[in-house]
This record gives sequence, C-alpha cells and structure tokens, in this order.
Amino acid sequence: MGQQTQAVDLSERRGAGGAPPAVSLRGITKRFPAVLANDAVDFEAAPGEVHALLGENGAGKSTLSNILTGLYRPDEGEIWLYGERVDFHSPRDAIDAGVAMVHQHFRLVVPFTVAENVVLGDHRREGSSFLVHQRAIERRVGELSKRYGMHVDPRARIWQLSLGEQQRVEILKALYHEAKILILDEPTAVLTPQESEVLFATLRSMAAEGRTVIFISHKLHEVKAVADRVTVLRGGKAIATTTMADATPRSLAALMVGREVDITRRREHGGEIGAAALELDELRAVGDRGGEALKGVALSVRTGEIVAVAGVAGNGQRELAETVTGMRPMTGGEVRVHGRPLRGGDAREAIGAGIAHVPEDRLGTGVAPSLSIGSNVVLKSYRRYPIARGPLLRLRAIRDHAADLIKRYDVRTSGPNAPARQLSGGNLQKVVLAREFSGNPRVLVVAAPTRGLDVAAIETVHAYLRDAAAAGVAVLLISEDLDEILALADRVAVMFDGEIVGEVDAETATVEEIGLLMAGVRERTP
Amino acid sequence: MNNSILVVVLASAVLYGTPLLFAALGELLAERSGVLNLGVEGMMLVGAVMGFWAVQRTSSLALALVVAAIAGGAMALIHAFLVVTLRANQIVSGLALTIFAGAAGLSSYLGNDLNLADQPAKRIFHSVLPKSLRDLPVIGPILFNQSLLVYGSWVVVIVVVLYLRRTRPGLNVRAVGESPAAADAMGINVTVYRYVHTVVGGALAGIGGACFSLSITPQWVDGLTSGAGWIAIALVIFAFWRPGLVLIGAYFFGAFSALPYTLQAHGVTIAPELLQSLPYVMTVLALVLVSSAGAKRRLGAPAALGLPYVREER
Ligand SMILES: Nc1ncnc2c1ncn2[C@@H]1O[C@H](COP(=O)(O)OP(=O)(O)OP(=O)(O)O)[C@@H](O)[C@H]1O
Ligand SMILES: [Mg+2]
Repeated sequence: MGQQTQAVDLSERRGAGGAPPAVSLRGITKRFPAVLANDAVDFEAAPGEVHALLGENGAGKSTLSNILTGLYRPDEGEIWLYGERVDFHSPRDAIDAGVAMVHQHFRLVVPFTVAENVVLGDHRREGSSFLVHQRAIERRVGELSKRYGMHVDPRARIWQLSLGEQQRVEILKALYHEAKILILDEPTAVLTPQESEVLFATLRSMAAEGRTVIFISHKLHEVKAVADRVTVLRGGKAIATTTMADATPRSLAALMVGREVDITRRREHGGEIGAAALELDELRAVGDRGGEALKGVALSVRTGEIVAVAGVAGNGQRELAETVTGMRPMTGGEVRVHGRPLRGGDAREAIGAGIAHVPEDRLGTGVAPSLSIGSNVVLKSYRRYPIARGPLLRLRAIRDHAADLIKRYDVRTSGPNAPARQLSGGNLQKVVLAREFSGNPRVLVVAAPTRGLDVAAIETVHAYLRDAAAAGVAVLLISEDLDEILALADRVAVMFDGEIVGEVDAETATVEEIGLLMAGVRERTP
Repeated sequence: MNNSILVVVLASAVLYGTPLLFAALGELLAERSGVLNLGVEGMMLVGAVMGFWAVQRTSSLALALVVAAIAGGAMALIHAFLVVTLRANQIVSGLALTIFAGAAGLSSYLGNDLNLADQPAKRIFHSVLPKSLRDLPVIGPILFNQSLLVYGSWVVVIVVVLYLRRTRPGLNVRAVGESPAAADAMGINVTVYRYVHTVVGGALAGIGGACFSLSITPQWVDGLTSGAGWIAIALVIFAFWRPGLVLIGAYFFGAFSALPYTLQAHGVTIAPELLQSLPYVMTVLALVLVSSAGAKRRLGAPAALGLPYVREER
C-alpha cells in the first residue's frame, strides 16, 4: 500500500520517458538465522541524487546495502541498475557494475599504504598489471585525491591515519573504481562536525556529477542537510519514501520509530549534587604509540552530577577513560574515589571501588562478542553470590538475571543464550549499560554512549544516564557529540592535546564557545 | 683450511638448512594468506617417502621432486578443505594431519609397504659446480659444493620475495591474510587465495621432506625429518614472516642440527643431546610466543592468521 504510492511518486519525478532509476531494488528479502533482516524491500534512487536511508538499529539498512554491493545474496528479490537486471555473485560483480560502499566498519588493510588500499582488487588499470608499480599507483592516487580535494598522503599507512582520513581513503577507493553508485553506511559516526561538513560538500559534488549517493545515518539534521529524498526502513520493511522538502526531523523520527519521540532537548536530571566522588589530580598516562597522552589532567565529578569531557577524537579522551577505570597504568598523578586514592592500572581494583565503565569500543572492550548475553551481563559480578557460590557458577541464577535485565532494558534478542555479537549496535549498548548499572556503581565512566545509535535508543540511553545521576551516581561522560553533551551535562570540560583546556557551565555554554576550546584556543585563565 | 671446523659446520648448515628453508617458505606462504598449517611435519614425511619411492622407481630426481611436491600438496589440500571450506579449527586440523601422516602413521606405512627401508638410493643430489669453484678457500665448500636443491631453494626465496613485494597476487594475498573482509569487499576471492597458497605451501614442504631422503640421509628411514617441520613453523615466526629472514634463520637452525654430527666427526665431545635439543627449545619458545595474541601483533603476524572468514557472519 505504502509501496504503491511510492512507485507513483517516482514515475512522476522521472517524468514521461525519463531515464530509469540508477538503483531499483524490488522485493528484496534476506533472512538470517532467527531474524528477517529485509522483508520484501522496494527501493529506488535516481542518478544525481543523494538518497538517505533511515531506520532504527537493526532495521536492516546495512543488510540492504550489503546486498546491493554483492556481499550478501538476497533470498528473494531483484536488483536493477539503470534499467537492467543484474545478478551479483560477489563484490567483484558489484564493483564492475559501478557500485561501491563505505562500510560501517571500514574495510581497509591496516598495514598497507593508502595507495595500495585504493588499487586493491583493481583489474582494469594500474593495479591490473602483474607487477605492482608502487610509484605509478601513488601518483595516480595522489592526483585523484587532489582532484576531489580529499587530502591524504598516498604513501601513509592506514594505522597512521585518523578515522576521518581513513574514511577519505574509502571514498577514494570508490572514486578510483569509478563508482556511479556510492553507499555510505553511517559515515559521520566517526567524524567531527567540521569533517562532516567537508564530507557533505564532497557528496553533493559527487551527486552533481550524476552519481547516486546512498547515505545512511541516524542523525536527522544531517539527513535533512544533505539528502534529496529519504527512505525509511522499520523492522526490515521499507515503510516510506519522501522528498526532503516534505520532511522534518520530527516527522522522520516518528516514521522510524513508529511513535512520537522527543529529539534532543535539554532536560534536567534533578540529581542532588553532593560531595566530590571522583577526583583526578595531575593525572598522567602514556598513549599506545608511546608519547604522553595525558599531560596532567585535573577534574572532579560530584555525586549526582554529569560532567562531560568534550574534544576532538584523539586528544586523550580514550586514554582518560582507560586510566580512570584501571585499564591503563598511570604514570603520574592520582585518581581518588570518595577520597580514597587508587593504585591504578588494575581494572578489578577500579570495579571494587565502584567505578563502572561503558567503553567507546562496545564490541571490542564492552563485551566478549562470542559469549552469550547471559555470560556478558555477569562478567563483573561472577565472583559474588548470587551469581556464584564458592568457585562454582550458578547457571540458573545467571540465566534469570540475564532474562530480567533483557526485559528491563528492552534488549531485542532471541534470548539470554544468543551470542553478543549478533546484537545490533543499540541493543549491544543496552547490554553493556545493563551490566554496569546492575553493579550499583558510585562512579560511571561512559564514552561515546550513543555513537551509531538510533533516536529511540539514544533517548533510552540518555534516560538511563539521567536516572543514574538522579540516583546519586557521579557520571563522567566522554563524547564528541556536542548535542549530546549539551543535552545531558551539568558541566563541560574540554580536552585538547592531553589537557583540560577549559571548563564551562553546560546551561549557558554555546556550541561556538566549546568548539573554539576544542580547537585548542585557550580560555583566559579562570 | 677448507677442512677447518668452522667451514665444515657452515657447509653443513647450508645442507641441513635447505629442507627447513623449503618448508618454512611454504609455511610462510600459507600463513600470509591467513592459514596456519601445523601439518608441515607430516607433509615433509610424506614428501620424503614418496620422493624416495619415485626415485627408486624411475631413477629420475626431477620426477622424484615432482612426486614429493604433489604428495605434500595433496595433504595440504586436505588441510585447506578442512579449514577454509569446513572452517575447522586450524590448529586441530594441522596437528591431526601431522599425527596421521607422521612417524608410525601414513609415511611409515607407505615406506614399509613399498619396502623402501634399507635400500640405497638409486640416485641422489650431488654437487653440481666445477671443482675449481668448489675448491675456492672457505666459500668453495660452503656455497659451491652444494647440490641443485640448495640453488633451487635460493631461487624459491627470490621468487617468494618478489612475489609478495612486487606482484599483484602478492599484494592480494597479503590483504587476504591481514583483512579478509577488506579483500573480499574489493572483489578478491579469499577462498581461492587461501587454497592456492596452502597447497603450494604443502608442495614446498613435500620438497623439503625430499631433501632428507634424496640428499641428506640419503635413504628412507622412518621419521627421518625428526621434527624439521616444527622447526620450520617456528622459523617463520622468528623471521617475522619475511622470506629474506627465513633464509638466514634456516641456516642458523641448520647449523644447530648439523653441529652434533660434525663435532663428533672432529672428535669434539660435548654432550650431543644438548646441542641437538637446542632447535627444539627455540621452537617451543617461538610457539609459546605466538600463542599470545598481543605478541603476534607486535611481531608482525598476519592479522587474520588462524581465523576463518565467513562472509555473511559478523
Ligand atoms: N551476519 C548476520 N548474521 C545474523 N544476523 C544478522 C547479520 N547481519 C545482520 N543481522 C541481523 O539482521 C538485522 C538487521 O541488521 P542490520 O545490520 O542490517 O541493521 P542496521 O539497520 O544496519 O542497524 P544499525 O543502525 O545498528 O547499523 C539485525 O537484527 C541483525 O541482528
Ligand atoms: Mg548498520
């Protein structure tokens, strides 16, 4: 029914005798064990348009894109490109047909150079000769990056690049392979606001060249800013396609979730602010590549307070979270919880002191991906009754505990025995939050808690954090998302190059003010 | 001068290092594609027995090498099928193959069934270069008094170096070993690359085994490689997965393997067990080292080593 109107819409848009759509997916269905990820999805995108794909976590956006790039085989349905039916047996077929994708988790060979990554798999130009001509491919990739204004050194190795630069490499790959259809799966999740602006300009100019850009994002104002049209997926079904002119962030959010949601508005948590719970004193630590990552950080968080640490990624925020939670040894200074100093470098000590941690890398550090959800939620409490009795685990208690948390936190899963890696991003985050909150923490360190989450999940996570503060927990929120910070925090500390360069009151602070501090422009001495 | 202990030890280091070199290069190719092959020892033993059988039947050394390579490659094909197609655990599959084929297994069965024991080899690999070169002081016995197997192994080293560094398939196989997901997304067939490199690696192990029965020993004795396959695996780790370093390492370990015999011949008395055990101690060390994921990373192991790749799984 909804699909009927959509088809009419499109033909009107094309006009009589217009060119066929660049992409037309018809009745795509994809089943995974236990989930129907795509359910008879129809989707069309025209040449020269930026088409946004919206949907909750687990709605099937990535699955649909993977089908269009030949990574997944659809169980049913047809793919038509420029009016011709195609049948992809492998990503090679899709690349040859001009489809490229920037994946949610980048697909780059980390020890390789930028140039090597770009020409990888090429079988038409420089990369196709039996011998690899390092110079030639570097020159060619250099030219390409200059032409599209995407600056990245072709000889740099991927591990030397920031996430923003890595993404440019992914886009260069697509341009190099002369992709006519480019899919970007949540490209802005790893970018700063400025980097996102640059990306949008690139996407617009690519569309102006007649390419088709399919853009997946959870950030509605971005979709509003860059897309011509938008298709909304919900529960694996395409439920609507509209032009951007007819949509507002509010109406899109409602379409995605199926109910009205309250998007980003500052709300007080009403926590009673008390004595200092977490105090950092001249904290120092060394980063992964040697070199000082924390250069004497001083900060305190009181009970019932949410203090945000803002900053461009890579200025020491990750190291800060890891040092406070005992995952990284400190080389100087002190961490005190309710006045008691920690030895540091010992995660179990930190847990014992009441510090809970929601890490930014959910899948790597937050959970053990192959273990069941049940095992994951007891990872920090398996030594104590009722989970354990002496050296033995009480499996029944674990299962009941997990089932209870799954219900309370509304985790969408087939059950406590499902492995954690099968969860979608939002549900994974709920599991981590459930585990950390159920330990009754006194201090909560959360990093990028809503990265990659949909509006409804963000709403839930924010509510949990507010509840925690209201219950007297001291919350240290580390985030690059200024909207999130302004929506949640009482106080904002800005981090730059391993130091806190300024602190502002979240109630009165402006985005510009924080942005300047993030760029390293220091405040007058307070 | 050419009879001094040092020269003799170095010359036999090259001789004994050659099977290690072949086998380690083979293992390196497989590991660079992400497949850990612990079946090398078994593949060497099967290569040794089949190569010896072929030379007794045909009196052709070239054919013997081909048969040894096919035998090793065939076993590697089983490994590839188990771990790439069926996604069996690579460690289990490799160990199983070595146990299945090793001493008291397939290779001894074949050797005994074909009545190969106690036969002198019909033909063996001899030194090939003219006497004038062989008699050069010091380098003569070490480098020029060697068989075609040795020179062949040098060619293989150069080919592998150039292949990995300079060719497109070499680039692709490194990508497959580092990040199969990235390679797959760029249209590189992960399965094909893993199969090919595992099988070629097995073939090289087979040739390495034949070095024993056609040149070092040279006859068929049960279990004649005495753990060379394990040393080869350790060698790849010590060489940080670089073929050039494998060459040096092979001769280093070769010297240790040869030392007890040469010292004995020169009337030096050190407990031979002590020296003989050294390569194995080093091997155990290396294997312990790589079993820790963090150490593997730092040493430069292919990131996807040992991990099956399944496209539609996450
Ligand atoms: N390889 C897989 N194996 C099993 N289930 C999968 C697989 N990939 C996706 N799923 C499931 O299919 C559904 C759709 O997943 P998909 O990744 O397409 O969602 P998404 O819309 O991209 O979500 P997000 O916004 O979190 O990225 C989810 O329920 C997910 O758990
Ligand atoms: Mg996704």
